[in-house]
Amino acid sequence: MRQLRAFWSRLRGLGRDSQREQEMADEIESHIQMQTDDNQRAGMTAEEARRQAILKLGGLEPTRQAYRERDTLPWIEHGMQDLRFALRQLAKNPGFALTAILMLALGIAASVSLFAFVDAALLKPLPYQEPNQLVAVYETAVMFPRSNLSYPDYLDWKRMNTTFQSLDVWGYGGYLLRASRSAEPVSGARVTDGFFRTLGVKPLLGRDFYSGEDLPSGPRTTILSYNTWQRRYGGRRDAIGQAVSLSGIPYTIVGVLPRNFNFAPRGAVEFWTPFHAYGQCDVRRSCHGIYGVARLKTDVSISTAHAEMKNIAAQLERQYPDSNRGQGANVIALSEAIVGQVRPILVVLLSGAGLLLLIACVNVSSLLLVRTESRKRETAVRGALGASPLRLVRQFVTEGLVLVLAGTALGLAAAYGTMHALLRLVPQDMLAAMPFLEGVGLNSRVLLFAAVIVVVATLLFALPPMARLPRAQLQEGLNEGGRGAAGTLWRRLGANLVIAELAIAMVLLVGAGLLGKSLYRLLHVELGFHPDHLATMSVGAPEIAYAKDDQKVRLYGELLARVSSLPGVQSGALTSVLPVTMNGNTDWLRFEGKPYHGEHNEVLQREVTSDYFATLHAAMSRGRPFTAEEDTSKPLVAIINRTLARQYFPGEDPVGKRLGDTQLTPKSMKVIVGVVDDFREGPLDEDVWPAIYYPLSQSTDSGFSLIARLKQDEAGVLPAMVAAVHSVDRDLGVTDETTMTLRMQASPTAYLHRSAAYLVGCFAALAALLGVVGLYGVVAYSVGQRTREIGVRMALGAQRSTIYGLVLKEACRLTVLGVAAGLVCSVAVLSLMGKLLFQVKSWDVPTLAGVSVALGAAALLASYLPAHRAASVNPVEALRAE
Amino acid sequence: MGDRADVWQGTLALMVLKTIEGMGPIHGYGIARRIEQTSGALLSLNYGTLYPALLKLEQEGAITAEWGASENNRKAKFYRLTRAGRRRLAHEARQWEQATAIVARFLKPALLSRQEDPA
Repeated sequence: MRQLRAFWSRLRGLGRDSQREQEMADEIESHIQMQTDDNQRAGMTAEEARRQAILKLGGLEPTRQAYRERDTLPWIEHGMQDLRFALRQLAKNPGFALTAILMLALGIAASVSLFAFVDAALLKPLPYQEPNQLVAVYETAVMFPRSNLSYPDYLDWKRMNTTFQSLDVWGYGGYLLRASRSAEPVSGARVTDGFFRTLGVKPLLGRDFYSGEDLPSGPRTTILSYNTWQRRYGGRRDAIGQAVSLSGIPYTIVGVLPRNFNFAPRGAVEFWTPFHAYGQCDVRRSCHGIYGVARLKTDVSISTAHAEMKNIAAQLERQYPDSNRGQGANVIALSEAIVGQVRPILVVLLSGAGLLLLIACVNVSSLLLVRTESRKRETAVRGALGASPLRLVRQFVTEGLVLVLAGTALGLAAAYGTMHALLRLVPQDMLAAMPFLEGVGLNSRVLLFAAVIVVVATLLFALPPMARLPRAQLQEGLNEGGRGAAGTLWRRLGANLVIAELAIAMVLLVGAGLLGKSLYRLLHVELGFHPDHLATMSVGAPEIAYAKDDQKVRLYGELLARVSSLPGVQSGALTSVLPVTMNGNTDWLRFEGKPYHGEHNEVLQREVTSDYFATLHAAMSRGRPFTAEEDTSKPLVAIINRTLARQYFPGEDPVGKRLGDTQLTPKSMKVIVGVVDDFREGPLDEDVWPAIYYPLSQSTDSGFSLIARLKQDEAGVLPAMVAAVHSVDRDLGVTDETTMTLRMQASPTAYLHRSAAYLVGCFAALAALLGVVGLYGVVAYSVGQRTREIGVRMALGAQRSTIYGLVLKEACRLTVLGVAAGLVCSVAVLSLMGKLLFQVKSWDVPTLAGVSVALGAAALLASYLPAHRAASVNPVEALRAE
Repeated sequence: MGDRADVWQGTLALMVLKTIEGMGPIHGYGIARRIEQTSGALLSLNYGTLYPALLKLEQEGAITAEWGASENNRKAKFYRLTRAGRRRLAHEARQWEQATAIVARFLKPALLSRQEDPA
C-alpha cells in the first residue's frame, strides 16, 4: 500500500519538470546556506565555510541526482530519454528508418496474416463440445481409404461398438423449394437422431431431433440453420411449428441451430432433416453413401477405437462376404477430417511468410550493423562521458524497439487488410466447406504471435551492437575519428548476413518455381476432352412429379431438344456426374465368362445420354456410342473407357462382352457396345480410373447435370439455357451454371495449387527483391568504406577494370556462396513439400538451374552499380576527402 | 572513518521520523545535525543522503513539508509527521526494539545459559 502510494507519487513526478527541479535546488541551497552560516560562526572564512558545507553534503550534483532518482522512476525517465534520442536518430536519417520499417512491416504483414489463417484452421478448436473426443468414422476399400458407410453397416457398428459414447451418421441431401417463378434448389443434410447431441450442439430455438425420429416411420421434421431462419423466416420465433414444402413433401420446422454452428464436412446446409432410411441405397449393405461422426468415451484413444472398428468390420466381412469383402474401418480425429487437406498448404505458406520475415529482419539487422559501425564514435563519446554499458545497450534496444514497433503497427494494419483480401479470394463454395475461416482475424492468439515477433526481432536488432560493446575500446573509438577501414565486425558478420539472405530468397524462389510449374502441369494435364466452349449446370427434378422412369426419360428428351435448339448451342447431353468432378460413384462389376472369386472390381459408374461423348469431343476407340432410343424397353448396354478395357480385357476386344453385378443377376446383365478414349472424371491431380457408362434412360435419376457444346463464347448462352430448362418445367431446380473451364479453375485441386503458387510466388519475389537490395547495400557500403583505398590504388596506377574486378569479385563471392547455400537448403527443405507438387520433383533441375541463374544475374546487376561508382572515383578527390 | 559507523540501510528512515517527532516541524539541515548530535557524533552521515530519504517518506505519506523561515531567517522546507507517520514510527520503533533485544540475547550466550540453568 505504502509502496503503491510512493510509486504513484513518483509516476506523477515524471511529468513535472522545472518546478520540482527548482524546489529541489532551493531546498539544497537553503541547506548549504544554513550550514555555511554555522560554519562561519565556528570561525571559518566564507569561502571555506561553503566548501565544507558542500563536502559534508556529499557534493551538489550527486545529491541532486539521488534526489531526482527518488523523485521519479528513473527507468521510465531514462527510457523516455532513450526514446527521444532514438526518435531523433531515426528522424535524422529518414531514409534508413523508412526502409527498415517498411521491410519489417512487409514481413510482419505476411507472416501475421498467414498465421491468422493457420490459427483459424489448425489451432482454434472446432465449435463443438469437447472437440477432442470427436472422430470421423469411415469404411475403407482398396481404392478408398476414407469411404462412406452403408446404412446397414452403420446400424451394426452402432450396436456392436464399445468405444463410442455415440455414433451417428449424416448424408448429403438436397431439396427443391417452391419459389415464385421457378424452383429453388437448397442444400440439405440427412442426419441420424443423435447427430447434434454427439457434436454437443443444442438448438438455439425449438428442439433437437428426439430418439427414433430418424426411423423411416418418424415424422417429417426439419431443423433450420441460423442463416436460413434469418433469411427465409426473418428470424421470427413463430417459424417453429410452421410447415415447409421440401421437394413437394411437407416438413415441420422444429428447431433452429445456433448462429456459430457449422459443420465443415457438409459445407453450408439450410435444412437438416432426420435420416429416414428410404430407397434402394439405404437398405443395401453394398451401397455406401453416408459419413460417420462419433464421440469417443472418456479415456478411449482414437487408435483403440480404430482397432475395435476394424475388428467389427472383419466380423461383418465374415458375416456378409458378398457385400463386405475388403470393407475395413477407419477412424480419424474429426479435426483431421476437416482440416487435414489444407494443413500442408497452410504450413508451406506460413513457412514462406516466415522466411520472408526472416529475410526482412536480416536486412534490417545488417542496416543497423552499418549504423552501429558509423556510430562507433558516438558510442565511445557517450561511454567516456560516463554512460554505463547497460545504458548504452539500452539505447540500442530502444532504437531496435522503436523500429520494430513502428514496423509491427504498420504490419498489423496491412495484415488486417491482407487477411480480408485473401478471404475474398477464396471461392464461395470452398469457403462453405471451410467455415472455420470465418474466424480469421486479429484475435488474441494472433496478437500474441505478433508480440513474439516483436520481442525476437528487437533482440535480434539489439544483439549485433551489443556484441560490439565489450570490445569497443573507447579510446580506439575516439581515436579512429570515424574513418578508416570497414569495421571488423561488419566484415565478419554483415557480409555473411547477405549470404543468408540470398540463400533464403533462393529457397523461396525455388519453392515458387516448383509450385508454379506444378500448377502449369496441372492446368495442362491431358483431359481427354475439349474443355473450352462447354456450358454446364446441375438440374434437379422434384421426385414426386417424376417418380416413374418414363416420366424422367420424357423429361430428358424434352430438355435436350429445347437446349439443343437454342442459337449458339451445337449439341447437348446429360450425365449423372460431370467430368473432372471426382473419382467416386463407383460400382462393383463382374464379367461373364471370367473367373470370379468374390473380389470387388470397383469402377467409376456414370449415366449419360447418347450425345455425351460427342459433346465432350471424346473419341470412341471401338464400337459405337449410345443411341437416343436405348431406354428400359431395350436390352441394357454399356460403354467402358480404355483403362477399364486394358485392366479387365487385356488383349481382347471387349465389345460384345457381357457384365453384371457381383451375382450376375439376369436383370443386371449388360452388353458392352463400345470403348471410349479415357477422359478425366476425377480431379486433375489424380490418375484416370476405370469407368463404365450406362444410358441415362436405362438407369434414371431425378438429379443430373446438363452439358452443352457451344459454337462460340459461353457466357451469353448460359442464361438462355437456364431459361430453356425452366421453360420445360418451372419446378426444375438449376444450380452451378458455369463453364467447364471455370469449373476446372475453381475446382479445389486447381484452387489449392494456384493459391499456393501465387502466394509463395509473391513471397519469393519480395524476398528476392529484399535479398538483392541487401546485396546492393553491402557492396555499396563496402565501396563507400574503401573509397580511400580505391583512390590510393588508382593513384598507384590501377586500371578502372581492376577496380571493377575488385568490387565484383567480392560481390561474386557473396552471390556464389548465397546461391550455393540456397541450392543445398532448397533441396533439403523443399523435399518436405513433395505432397503439394504435381508431376514435379522437389529437385527439379531446370527450376533449380533457372532460379540460380536468375538470382545470380539480379545480384550481379545490383552490385554493378556500386562497382561502377567505385571505378569512376576520382583518385585526387578520394584522397583529399579525408 | 575511524570508529564512526555508517548509517545502514533502513535505519535512517526511523531516525528521521523519531527526530521529526521530537523536534516538531524541522528542516532537513536541522534533522541532519540532530541525528549527528544524538548519535554522540558516532554516526557519519552524508547529509546529501538525507534528502532522498525525506522524499521517500513524503511520497509514502509519513511526513509532509512546507516552506517557512529558519531561526536565522533563511528560507527552508519544514517537515512534520502525519498521523500515518506517527503510527509508522510507533510500529517501527517497537519492531526495532524487539529485533535488537533478540540479537542482544545471541550476543550474550553466557547470560543465556545461566538463565536456563535451574540451579
